[in-house]
Amino acid sequence: MSIQSVVRSATVLHLLGAAPEGLPLADLAAGTDLAKSTVHGLLRTLVEVGFVEQDPDTGRYRLGSGIEDLGTAVDPHLLRSRAMNGADSLAARTGLEVRLGVLAGDSVELVHHVFRPDNSPQRLRTGELLPLHATAAGLVLLAFSPVSTVRRRIELSSWTARTPTTRAALAQLVRAAQRRGWAVADETLRPGRAGLAAPVRQRAGVAAGALSVVGPREEVLTPAGEPRPGLADLVVAAADGVSETLRERR
Amino acid sequence: MSTAPAVVRAHAGRFVAAVDQGTTSTRCLVFDHGGRVVSAAQSEHRQSFPRPGWAEVDALEIWRSTQRVVNLALARAGIGAEDVAALGLANQRETTVVWDRRTGRPVAPAITWQDTRATDVAAQVAAGPDGVLVEEITGLRPAGYFSAPRLHWLLEHVPGLERRARAGEVLFGTMETWLAWNITGGGDGGVHVTDVTNAHRTLLVDERTLEWDPRLLEVFGVPAAMLPAVRPNVGVVGTCRTLLPGVPLAGAFGDQQAALFGQACFDRGQSKCTYGTGAFLLANTGGSPVRAGVTESGLLSTVAYQLDGEEPQYAVEASIAYAGALVSWFRDSLGLLRTAPEVETLARQVEDNGGCYVVPAFAGLFSPLWDPDARGVVAGLTSYVTKAHLARAVLEATAWQTYDVVEALATGPGLTLDRLRVDGGMTANNLLMQTIADVLDVPVDRPLVAESVSRGAAYAAGLAVGFWPDLDVLRGTWRRAASWTPEMSADRRRRELAGWRRAVERTLGWVVPDEAEGTPPLLL
Repeated sequence: MSIQSVVRSATVLHLLGAAPEGLPLADLAAGTDLAKSTVHGLLRTLVEVGFVEQDPDTGRYRLGSGIEDLGTAVDPHLLRSRAMNGADSLAARTGLEVRLGVLAGDSVELVHHVFRPDNSPQRLRTGELLPLHATAAGLVLLAFSPVSTVRRRIELSSWTARTPTTRAALAQLVRAAQRRGWAVADETLRPGRAGLAAPVRQRAGVAAGALSVVGPREEVLTPAGEPRPGLADLVVAAADGVSETLRERR
Repeated sequence: MSTAPAVVRAHAGRFVAAVDQGTTSTRCLVFDHGGRVVSAAQSEHRQSFPRPGWAEVDALEIWRSTQRVVNLALARAGIGAEDVAALGLANQRETTVVWDRRTGRPVAPAITWQDTRATDVAAQVAAGPDGVLVEEITGLRPAGYFSAPRLHWLLEHVPGLERRARAGEVLFGTMETWLAWNITGGGDGGVHVTDVTNAHRTLLVDERTLEWDPRLLEVFGVPAAMLPAVRPNVGVVGTCRTLLPGVPLAGAFGDQQAALFGQACFDRGQSKCTYGTGAFLLANTGGSPVRAGVTESGLLSTVAYQLDGEEPQYAVEASIAYAGALVSWFRDSLGLLRTAPEVETLARQVEDNGGCYVVPAFAGLFSPLWDPDARGVVAGLTSYVTKAHLARAVLEATAWQTYDVVEALATGPGLTLDRLRVDGGMTANNLLMQTIADVLDVPVDRPLVAESVSRGAAYAAGLAVGFWPDLDVLRGTWRRAASWTPEMSADRRRRELAGWRRAVERTLGWVVPDEAEGTPPLLL
């Protein structure tokens, strides 16, 4: 049996798709053979999820950017461009190296890298691939992307004694990230190094990328392995700031 | 020049504020002691284009925007005027305004740097004997984009203005002068000052003494009574009254010089390039202005900065008209991109340009060939070339144009770069930055939270009041956020350069005389 409101919403979307210049509420009501109030209710929800936009001047409705974005990942270079200021500020505030990673097959691909701001010699690592299970960014991408098949198939190779190498250990870390909204990697890739990442969210909370700080363990974590006070808040706020810039069009 | 109260005050404030008055918007940034940005606010203003080639702004609207962004930036930082140690200004250069010293009302809309109405004034001066005089004194060849020709136009066209100017009833200024006067009290005791970088680009001051030259005032018919006092970039010029009451106004700069200062390029040989719509490369040339081979190479000699009580420092400036604007054209006019950053995605689909070159000589060719009849070309097309190759060629055009001006610096005034500091929106494009490092064969550095224009104004103001003790400390606040090192082989660089050169040759002399009418004016 069909769900009535889904069918009606699809009809509204089809009508809008056929009218690039947009349609007023009355035309949509006529086109769907529904009461104005019913159509208005549908439209409000569709605007909320980004599938429909209302022209602020004419009041007409048209397809929203959320429709266009369906099935396309955020362009990695657009993501970098939108993340530049937030990533720079995060590095300035924390004194740590900042990375922005996206899901690329079974790996994290670094699409942006800000040096640790101490003028020490460093190499730009944009374009590098890192293991999902052994990095904070990878855990965040696993936790906030619809990728259960990836999680089941990735090879859990051991980088250090602390790398999660069993499905159960990985699942536990991913669940913790989902619960807390951020993830830490405590010496799981390289001894003495730790990272903390938070998701850059696209629509419906799906991660477009993971923003992370990386550094010597004592600069990221307390001896007990928890983030240093305030650090998780800074990373989450920076990632949320980038998420917001993604929602602005162009 | 520093007054005692200002210095006492400086130690109370924990922040420095900078206003960047730009072409389309005015911004205020608040910096802390570490040189970190604490808060920012921005407000757009309207530009009007009443006739072809004209570009005007309402100076009063800009003053209102300035008040708004300063108050907003302070509110966002959660601080008050008492927390601000000093205020610095940076401005769009050469934009010219004249106002009534009693009412504070502009006598006409401000004429912006994009406006070409004064081109003829400058051309007439350049063609006559005065052209040589102007160049001798200022080091600059008269051209419509400096402020004196615009001021001359206003004096000629606003009824009664010249008489009022001679009577001292009206004041002239570039935007930093206008803002400084308003901030320090306007008609009620506001200071009428400009800084050496803006003053030099009027065409009315001596390049070495940095004082108004009576012979130049004569050439452009400018009454001395309307001119502001010329001050160093770093130094307290007054106390804010209507905005940030009690805060010392302690620094001012033209925007590109502010960016050079904000990139901590304090020493001879250091250089920065700002990649925006166009690009501006400034190279510090040290304590004396460089003349030899500058104008001939399509470069400008300009004042870099002057600290209070010290000798001025100079720079050579090169400009590239189409950098980001070429990507915008690729996106908007060809429709090959959704967003500008995606040019990198497209370009990375291929390994090289496939033999294709794009030369954006949209309004003629600037340095070093100078041909107003040149027009852009896409050269080397074969059936192999895809839009991805074109995207690559579009990015490479910005890199090779940078190469051309860097080469002009080397062959003209004999300046060689060993590194290049970059800022501006296009620094997000890693492929472009790598290509620039490759073709220049020098490392390219991007600083953390670039914002170099505002940073330069903040540095100047903070330095003047002792918020930062000296240039060394400021050098220490510069932080490298990314660096690109050359990876291209000398052989490939040679081959690519030869291709670029052949493509550039093909742009020359495209417009034939009877078609020239109706083409857009050459606008730098």
